[in-house]
Amino acid sequence: MSDGPAHAVQHHTPPTGFIRKYVFSLDHKVIGLQYYGLALVAVFIGMALSWLMRIHLVWPNAPIPGLQLLSKTGAPGGVMTPEYYLSLLTMHGTLMVFFVLTNAPFAAFGNYFLPIQIGAEDMAFPRFNMMSFWTTFLAFCILVLAFFVPDGPPIAGWTAYAPLSAVGSDAGPGEGLGQTLWGLSIFVFCIASLLGSLNFIATTLDLRTKGMTLSRMPISTWAWFITSCISLLAFAVLLPACLLLILDRLAGTSFFIPAGLVVSDHLQPHSGGSPLLWQHLFWFFGHPEVYIAILPAMGIVSHVLINSMRRPLLSHKVIIYCMMGIGFLSYMVWGHHMFVSGMNPFSSLVFSFPTLMITIPATIMTLIWMGSLYGSKLRITAASLFALGFLSMFVSGGVSGFFLAQPSIDIYLHATYFVVGHFHMVMGVAAIFGVFAGTYFWFPKMTGHMMNQSLGRLHFWLTFIGTYCIFMPFHYLGLAGNVRRYSAFVDDFLVPLIPVHRFITIAALLTGAAQLIFLYNLIHSRFRGAPAPANPWECTSLEWTMPSPPPFDNFGGKHPVVYHDPYQYGVKSSTGDYLMQDSPEQAGA
Amino acid sequence: MATTIQPPEIEQTETPLDGGKSGGGGLPGSGPMDPKLRAVDDPSPEPSRTGIWVGLAAITMSFAAFTSALVVRQSTANDWRHLRIPSIVFVNTLVLLASGATLEVARRRVAAFVRSKVGRRSVPLFWLWATLLLGLVFVAGQYGAWFELRAQGLYLATNPNSSFFYVLTAMHALHVLGGLGGLARVIYKLSTPVLTLRRSTMDATSYYWHFMGILWLYLLWVVWMKL
Amino acid sequence: MGKLFAVIVTVIALLSAIPIVTHRWYGSGISLAPPEDISTHGHAIDEQLSETMMEAGLSFLAAQLVLAFFVWKSAERKGEIKTFPGGAKGLVIAALVLVGTEMLALGVLGQKAWANVYFKPAAPDALQVQAQAGQFAFYFRYPGADGKFGALHPDKIDEGNSNFFGLDPANDVDSRDDIVTGELAIPVNREVHLLMHAKDVGHSFYVRELRIQQDFVPGLDLSVHFTATKVGRYEIVCTQLCGLGHYNMKAYLNVLSQPDFDAWLKQKASEQ
Repeated sequence: MSDGPAHAVQHHTPPTGFIRKYVFSLDHKVIGLQYYGLALVAVFIGMALSWLMRIHLVWPNAPIPGLQLLSKTGAPGGVMTPEYYLSLLTMHGTLMVFFVLTNAPFAAFGNYFLPIQIGAEDMAFPRFNMMSFWTTFLAFCILVLAFFVPDGPPIAGWTAYAPLSAVGSDAGPGEGLGQTLWGLSIFVFCIASLLGSLNFIATTLDLRTKGMTLSRMPISTWAWFITSCISLLAFAVLLPACLLLILDRLAGTSFFIPAGLVVSDHLQPHSGGSPLLWQHLFWFFGHPEVYIAILPAMGIVSHVLINSMRRPLLSHKVIIYCMMGIGFLSYMVWGHHMFVSGMNPFSSLVFSFPTLMITIPATIMTLIWMGSLYGSKLRITAASLFALGFLSMFVSGGVSGFFLAQPSIDIYLHATYFVVGHFHMVMGVAAIFGVFAGTYFWFPKMTGHMMNQSLGRLHFWLTFIGTYCIFMPFHYLGLAGNVRRYSAFVDDFLVPLIPVHRFITIAALLTGAAQLIFLYNLIHSRFRGAPAPANPWECTSLEWTMPSPPPFDNFGGKHPVVYHDPYQYGVKSSTGDYLMQDSPEQAGA
Repeated sequence: MATTIQPPEIEQTETPLDGGKSGGGGLPGSGPMDPKLRAVDDPSPEPSRTGIWVGLAAITMSFAAFTSALVVRQSTANDWRHLRIPSIVFVNTLVLLASGATLEVARRRVAAFVRSKVGRRSVPLFWLWATLLLGLVFVAGQYGAWFELRAQGLYLATNPNSSFFYVLTAMHALHVLGGLGGLARVIYKLSTPVLTLRRSTMDATSYYWHFMGILWLYLLWVVWMKL
Repeated sequence: MGKLFAVIVTVIALLSAIPIVTHRWYGSGISLAPPEDISTHGHAIDEQLSETMMEAGLSFLAAQLVLAFFVWKSAERKGEIKTFPGGAKGLVIAALVLVGTEMLALGVLGQKAWANVYFKPAAPDALQVQAQAGQFAFYFRYPGADGKFGALHPDKIDEGNSNFFGLDPANDVDSRDDIVTGELAIPVNREVHLLMHAKDVGHSFYVRELRIQQDFVPGLDLSVHFTATKVGRYEIVCTQLCGLGHYNMKAYLNVLSQPDFDAWLKQKASEQ
């Protein structure tokens, strides 16, 4: 494993066979597209699962046509059982967090554009890169396989708290083979992510072209680089955790299972394990994971926004330092997920302060983005709309963090829909908006075709309004004490809230349907879109110096020399109001 | 082993033909010189040199996680029963340390071979094979340690101490096997008629191998003190 | 198009604020406020909550409106690029000062509310009750006249014979007068020390009105203490995902006057 520096610095010729070209490709661009495709498949599955859950929540007894085909036992006659609801919930969370939010903004766009933005021909270790995608794909297959095992998918949620996740099939349907597959899938995913992160770091440090100093890297590249550092250390912890969980399940060890548990009338043959140990290990990964999802989105959004504003941000450096600060702090806050888990109450306060402190770099970034909007010449495109939507979403999802960072308030709000609203907005929707912004921005480069702007804007309006309609009310429900992860609302205090849930479900169905516009636009533009020029957005970074789509070795065997900071906008030059990074021309005042 | 090949080839693969292709290298004197440009004579970094450190950081983090799991687990319940460390483990330790020494000799001989001080390729190859063999002996020895533990009636799930012993030794042995794979690759690349071994590959492999030794000493300490 | 964005963001921001201010779902009677607090410690949490709501709400509105305004002004603008007065430095200082102090204040205040609940030990004369959470029911145990809980024997758990806790009255004197119930009855205005025991997997004890939420963690002896100040019947629900019946795992908290409580306990004791 130590070995295998692929010869990235050697000029290589394009492969000719279909398999080497499109399947087991070493080309970072193909791998980036593969990641994007996988994330696209995962996001539509995940979204369909959320539809099913939302429908079940408000019409619990209505049969969903065709659902019995997915699982006879989980949905007899199309009516979902409570355990199947939890299965869908677990699979939705796992697919979205790992295979969408980790893959799309980081692995997909990072693979495609990080080498190009620093002027490299490929990643440092193309073979590792290929392996990391196919390992991810294997992890995905293992996870999806859980749908088709007799017991059904696991029901322990994406956080897989032990001992529910550790004691085996006694704990309920799906906790047999399904949960084992889950653990295996995440274990494999960790390996893939470690390989990917290693590659990103080595590439950024070693393969920058002449003149590309660290401070001249675009913010998106910085974001991917910082994210890969976070991801390297986070997944290195989740990997042992998954291994120990699998051993508890299959080998009878007691890492997470204490003595004397009676599950389904069976006294469990374990002793002395610590359920909190799982929570510590999981959240030590789990909190940085949030930033693995959001930092690349921040980078993409900054990149898109600067281009649309036709000016650099008020400060390039401050944004980068803030991202580093967020990454650093992300390792000190995992305990805020465990305020009511029975940790030492002093620890809760200790974890609360760095959590509150994360607000500071986040606020600085928000203020810099907004301050940069002032007096700019903002061009409104589908990409910039999604970038602006990201700002709005990031603020909305961020302020609810004020509440949850405080242990005293968390006593009331923990495990309510307030939390669900919070992380869906700030981690889910905001990161996805980053992906949308990136897609509308880079699609011409990736495919050589322009995307349909009108459809893109329509997609934005529906998605923007729709996601607010879904996730804002979650906060209200949480304040009213609506508990999450319930498959039906039978409690006295929950029944009156069902009309709000009905509103959310309808909004979710409509917003989900709006994503079909995106899918259509993606496919239609790929084949019928107008041919894309090399630099349709008059952007300055290196990816726009080459034809669309880029040739096999990116720069045609030549190596760009970089003369400028990444964002030379609002200057006077022969090209207009901007200056490419590789242009030797000096900008006029 | 073939010994007819001229050694300097190993150096040719070191230096990319076009300096500008590698990060930080540079085409001399093209374009206006900006003070912010990286120095033209920056040595071209070899990704595997960086990569190996990054990889070792991840491995360190993983074993740190195992260690903290161990500490938490020890304090959780009073079922911590110290186990008698299988004596073969100490022999294994010596074997692993010896393999580190042989690899270091091999690494220097490769360097010497490149500088034509030792004209025979078989010399570094001998030391590499020795390292590979010692590595295999170590892994086999660790497997033997498991047998000793089983003879004591300690299986994976018997108590937390035995669980951690098996898990830590198994994870370490897996990483050592990875290192053996790397060594095999180095040997292969040194044996081909046209030399394809890069200095950085040799270095990365030996850093990794030495790290395995240090990691094992650390784990031995953990096993000794805790298990 | 930029103006449209500005309008939509403004409308969304204002509409989002309405249920927060009115505590009602738009134009309906559905209450979205936390239910009335019935505990002695809860008001500190509520104050902290509304304090945070003010700060978070204002930050939210200010940020969205400024975003809308800037987009309105700068979309497709002609002319020269202007720089925000004060530049990055001003904004960084503003963020550090405003948010930093705000966060510190919240943190310090929050510490108080948290300390109220967790740093004060339960009073020695508090009513001791043990709660056991299992898939998918809560059971409660009162120590009886001797004031001692009998030991738990997980192997003796037998739900068919209503031995939910695994007591061994044949050999264990302390357990003979233990009173096991399916609802948590407590006297009003008296501190209750709830000892928490998980039978199988993780569960949680959540009473919205009490402002109490605490996980049951298998293998850990956790406890919470609280004083209820209002007679009534409240729902206890499980908030830690525990399996297929999670949504339906609940019990009732019955806050009784002291005489009612005594009578209730006597009656339960006779039923054992």
